[in-house]
Amino acid sequence: MEISAIENSYLKHGTKYKGILGWLTSTDHKRIGLMYMYAIMIFFLVGGLLGGLMRLELFRPGQDYITAQTYNAVFTVHGVIMIFLVVIPGLAAVFGNILMPIMIGARDVAFPKLNLFSFYIYIFGAILAISSQFLGKGAPDTGWTFYAPYSTDTNTNVVAAVLAAFVLGFSSILTGLNFIVTIHRMRAPGMTWFKMPLFPWSLYATAWIQLLATPIVGITLLMIIAERWFKIGFFDPNLGGDPILFQHLFWIYSHPAVYIMILPAMGVITEIIPTFSQKRVFGYKAIVFSSVAIAAVGYLVWGHHMYTAGMSVTARWFFSLLTFIVAVPSAIKVFNWISTMYKGSINLQPPFFFTMAFIFNFMIGGLTGLVLGSLATDIHVHDTAFVVAHFHYIIFGGMGFAFLAAIHYWFPKIYGRMYNNKLANTSCALIFGGFTLLYFPQFIIGLQGMPRRYFDYLPKYEWGQVFSFFGAIVLGIGILIMLINLFKSARKGKIASSNPWGGKTLEWTIASPPTVENFEEIPIITEGPYEYK
Amino acid sequence: MLLQVASNFVEGVDKAFFVIMGIGVFFLVGLTTLMLVFVFKYNKKKHPVALQIKEKTYLEVIWTVIPLIIVGFMFYYGYVAFMPMREAPKDALQITAVGKMWEWNFIYANGKESKKLVVPFNKAVNLKLVSLDVVHSLYIPAYRIKEDVVKGEPDFMWFIPSQKGRFDIFCAEYCGLRHSYMSSEVEVIDEAKFNLWLSIIEKKSNKEEFPGFLVLKNNACTGCHSLDGSRLVGPSFKGLYGRDEVVLTNDAERNQKVDDAYIKNSILNPDADVVKGFNKGLMKSYQTVLKEEEIQQIIEYFKTPDEK
Repeated sequence: MEISAIENSYLKHGTKYKGILGWLTSTDHKRIGLMYMYAIMIFFLVGGLLGGLMRLELFRPGQDYITAQTYNAVFTVHGVIMIFLVVIPGLAAVFGNILMPIMIGARDVAFPKLNLFSFYIYIFGAILAISSQFLGKGAPDTGWTFYAPYSTDTNTNVVAAVLAAFVLGFSSILTGLNFIVTIHRMRAPGMTWFKMPLFPWSLYATAWIQLLATPIVGITLLMIIAERWFKIGFFDPNLGGDPILFQHLFWIYSHPAVYIMILPAMGVITEIIPTFSQKRVFGYKAIVFSSVAIAAVGYLVWGHHMYTAGMSVTARWFFSLLTFIVAVPSAIKVFNWISTMYKGSINLQPPFFFTMAFIFNFMIGGLTGLVLGSLATDIHVHDTAFVVAHFHYIIFGGMGFAFLAAIHYWFPKIYGRMYNNKLANTSCALIFGGFTLLYFPQFIIGLQGMPRRYFDYLPKYEWGQVFSFFGAIVLGIGILIMLINLFKSARKGKIASSNPWGGKTLEWTIASPPTVENFEEIPIITEGPYEYK
Repeated sequence: MLLQVASNFVEGVDKAFFVIMGIGVFFLVGLTTLMLVFVFKYNKKKHPVALQIKEKTYLEVIWTVIPLIIVGFMFYYGYVAFMPMREAPKDALQITAVGKMWEWNFIYANGKESKKLVVPFNKAVNLKLVSLDVVHSLYIPAYRIKEDVVKGEPDFMWFIPSQKGRFDIFCAEYCGLRHSYMSSEVEVIDEAKFNLWLSIIEKKSNKEEFPGFLVLKNNACTGCHSLDGSRLVGPSFKGLYGRDEVVLTNDAERNQKVDDAYIKNSILNPDADVVKGFNKGLMKSYQTVLKEEEIQQIIEYFKTPDEK
């Protein structure tokens, strides 16, 4: 009888086409979400291998395996793939698509065709990004930040990479728009704003950032192309432009982009903790308002990337003050998560282990972020390995671990099957251990003055690079074990029940995996999302 | 001690660091311990039924207000240590720091130029920061200071060296191929020794006064092509004119004597005939950058034999 759940599900029924075509032409939010997930996994592996290549080269000082030019291209491509293809779409496009409509009691997003279109824009942008590595005069070597005037001046294939980021921006904008309309218009009857689960809330805050901030980077990237092709002087001082203007425009988007990545991650964590503690989330409204506050104040702190760039002293201290203020809502969330565990009945399953690792990493990332937000200390560690470590702690240790927690949490819902618990816990331990070994030493050599984006370095920084290299190996093994476990289980795992964890949100009230229509009848909501008794 | 202590700013910066990290470690350890205690104490096996607790608004207020006060403190320490960095004393020793791909050059008031930053012990030094091309960033870890070097937007940084010796200078803002080699050092010596050092201006060789040499220098050609015969990204300029090179033209090897036409074509179409052993695609065409006259000046410079 349970097998028939899979037979009746969206996995088997889609459009009039069968097989792969049925997926590629599907407007079902769940199928689109899964297609994003497979694409993102592939890009993550490519970006990860490039990261591994850098670690290999940095294992010893001096040139060992690749040239400086190749190294510069590798860290650029690593950044472009990881930022624009993996972490920005990441949680919103995958789990937002698969689960948000279900969690608010809808049959699909507001504009299903637009949703599929966004996916194809994403794929088109991805093809452009990858092809920029092979076409033209060599892979771009500007770093993912494309700082002018180097980016308007270098010989390499910058235009294709910039264009890729521009195209991917549209995918992000349209997904944001789709989610905003869906959340406004399609909540189940009775689901008021404050009866909505917190993952959709975090997506809602994120969607506004996507919609409002992405156009700024779009136009900035076009300005680079105009400068390269038509010699219009926006940024290049040789043409009368201002290099600092580029940095402002770039970070006006790219700082909020960090919140595009981390807000949905916080949303995922806020779903997982109540389920595995069997407890009402502590401070529902505080979590909602802190999401909105992060999205709003997050717009106004971009200048903290530029303390050394020659801004006026007033601008510098004001950005520093705002940066410290935006740290507070993040702290509130951590307090609320831990309070939710208090006097709960905690079920230690793989998603919860990933969640604990997330909280620990996120605290380290956040607290070292305060070192970077503070004026005097940032002057010292800006553009060093300290920033690299902080950034990876937030993006990988935070957003990445939340993604892994989300896969392990919703896996039975998505595939209707269960993974091997032991293997999942082993992979969680290896990924966490490897991650720590890889990135923690970078904090210390950064403090000692090791600049980032260095192909070669002084021998005094070697010890940290050696630790990082071995960390990368452990991390890679952990990821491999996890992928094997998940892929095998998606096909052959034990059949899962519709609510294996005892969750309260709407996705746990329907079959695993859901049918194409999600709900036979749209539910009527009478109470909040986490009413554990 | 993890780090060198060598300037007037170190104390303030390190204090801010210890305040922030001290509070940070306290919270990290405290919250992690709390989380682990909860996970053990309220484990499903020991605590099968969750207790639904009423929300307490006063708790929410406390943990909003206390972090606000704490970050206020952190901001203050960072602010206090930072502000003096932007107020250089009027009587500081003025030195111009010029960044270009991929080397630093320090020019003193009397015209003396140096690749190393030599400064007197315990005297305020004010560096005027000038870039000739892309964005660089002058970073002295032992002094805890860093400031970007941006073309068209002169900026400054200042410090008082509080320890004699040699300290690393790095370029911290990514600037292209040899970014990680764009380093130098500060050498702090007694004032008397410094004054002696400053007064000795090595006479430039006649060759360095050629207009062509300035063109090469200002366009950062010498960042990739050495003057002393050492191998960098491209072939060295030393003894270039009249040299016999093996070049690759459309992937076919052939011999080429370096003459006027070859030099000019290598400036305008760098990938056309690449000397064997070097890579294509690293140099851009200077078609739109250099005037015909400047190219002739460069050729003139190359033609002049080196002095003995």
